[in-house]
Amino acid sequence: MSNGVESLSSQPTPAVSISNLRKNFGNLEVLKGISLKANEGDVISILGASGSGKSTMLRCINMLEVPDGGEVAIGGEIIKLKHSRKGMMPADQRQVDRIRSRVAMVFQSFNLWSHMTILENVIEAPVHVQKRPKAECLAEAEELLAKVGIADKRNQYPSHLSGGQQQRAAIARALAMRPDVMLFDEPTSALDPELVGEVLRVMRSLAEEGRTMLVVTHEMGFARDVSNRVVFLHKGVVEEEGAPADVFKAPKSERFKQFISSHR
Amino acid sequence: MDFAFMQEAFLRLITGIPLTLNLAFTSIAFGAVLAMLLALLRMSNVKVLDWLAQAYVFVFRGTPLLVQIFLIYYGLGQFRPTLQELGLWGFFREPYWCAVLALTLNTAAYGSEIIRGGLQAVPHHQVEAARACGMSGFLLFRRIIFPIAVRQALPAYGSEIILMVKATSLASVITMMEVTGLAAKMISQTFRAVEVFIVAGLIYLVLNFVITRIIMAIEWWLSPHLRRPPAVEPRLEAAHV
Repeated sequence: MSNGVESLSSQPTPAVSISNLRKNFGNLEVLKGISLKANEGDVISILGASGSGKSTMLRCINMLEVPDGGEVAIGGEIIKLKHSRKGMMPADQRQVDRIRSRVAMVFQSFNLWSHMTILENVIEAPVHVQKRPKAECLAEAEELLAKVGIADKRNQYPSHLSGGQQQRAAIARALAMRPDVMLFDEPTSALDPELVGEVLRVMRSLAEEGRTMLVVTHEMGFARDVSNRVVFLHKGVVEEEGAPADVFKAPKSERFKQFISSHR
Repeated sequence: MDFAFMQEAFLRLITGIPLTLNLAFTSIAFGAVLAMLLALLRMSNVKVLDWLAQAYVFVFRGTPLLVQIFLIYYGLGQFRPTLQELGLWGFFREPYWCAVLALTLNTAAYGSEIIRGGLQAVPHHQVEAARACGMSGFLLFRRIIFPIAVRQALPAYGSEIILMVKATSLASVITMMEVTGLAAKMISQTFRAVEVFIVAGLIYLVLNFVITRIIMAIEWWLSPHLRRPPAVEPRLEAAHV
């Protein structure tokens, strides 16, 4: 397994590397050959109108959607795919499981496990997937819950929390796996406007810690101020890409110009 | 109404309760395992297995339990030489095992549909979150899918359990002296059907009252997430360590 130590050499291994990614849903071509590299510590905002393929791209990174073509590599390790009657599928489920345990995901609708308390949600994967000692996981979970500001909710159930609190719990659950990469799939889109801020604050603090994050979002403020790179997708291709200061000041693509002006 | 006689009937019939409960819970236990297997076959995405399970459910749900009991107890008796060769006669000779078998096969058919409903209603999002954490296969099933499915299936399965307690009365037709069997015997001796059956009915009512309370308690215990949160956090230190 490759790890962060190797990346001190002159050519760093990208944390995430996607090349020529293709995905169809039936006759609909959602991704038409997307390539993207995220180095360690990158915070990449992925923007695009609905239907542009941004969520699908993110879900291809941890194989929640299996791409029809192209390659995904995490920390230099290429995810092996094979052909099957129903299309492409992972060749080695154990490899996928292992990679998924290093790539945490935060979902639009939180997706906390309803039958577990917040604390149980946070320690579930570290204890049962990563097989770490429970006492250690509990101690770390307490710290993480304190960090996202919901330590007092640890013994409550997801249904007892507000949307913002649930999303912060989901972020704590993701952090508990000590991930190399974090994927955020529209993490604030399902929240009431007044709850968006508390989640963005947590995400900003993660970015400041130097975590590698890929964030599908509609929050222009986050894209502009927090991320160090912005990728704009349109109809399944990368239409614009660059540092936020550049692309927001001087967008090259007409579509991105329109997109910015409609999202002020 | 002769209350002294009813008391006598009561004291006689309650001696059948252990057998009634024994038949009910033995077949519910075996039936639940079989139901689980059938539900998994139905959801296996393998056409042949799905079809087999569907055919099973169709047959056992579509025919009366009484007919199934007769077929197993009397019908299989015709194949005694074959069963003896197979070493199964010792099993099918006993009315107790015939009753347990019929009840088990029957409840498995209903139970599998209840479990399938519970499994299919597990929110896809929660399964996806588990996959994204690196869970798959049996771990995913054991930690996420099954616990959620059980909570969803329990109310319906509770009714099935009550139906089974009542269904054990049919075992009386193959000489099982459970509550109904004893009642029938007592009536044939005294010709006082009303009193005896009222007492028998009351016994079933009390049994099922207790069982519903137990099921409700299990439901309550399994679903803290559906109740209002405690107003004040309970003492935290010892809770999880």
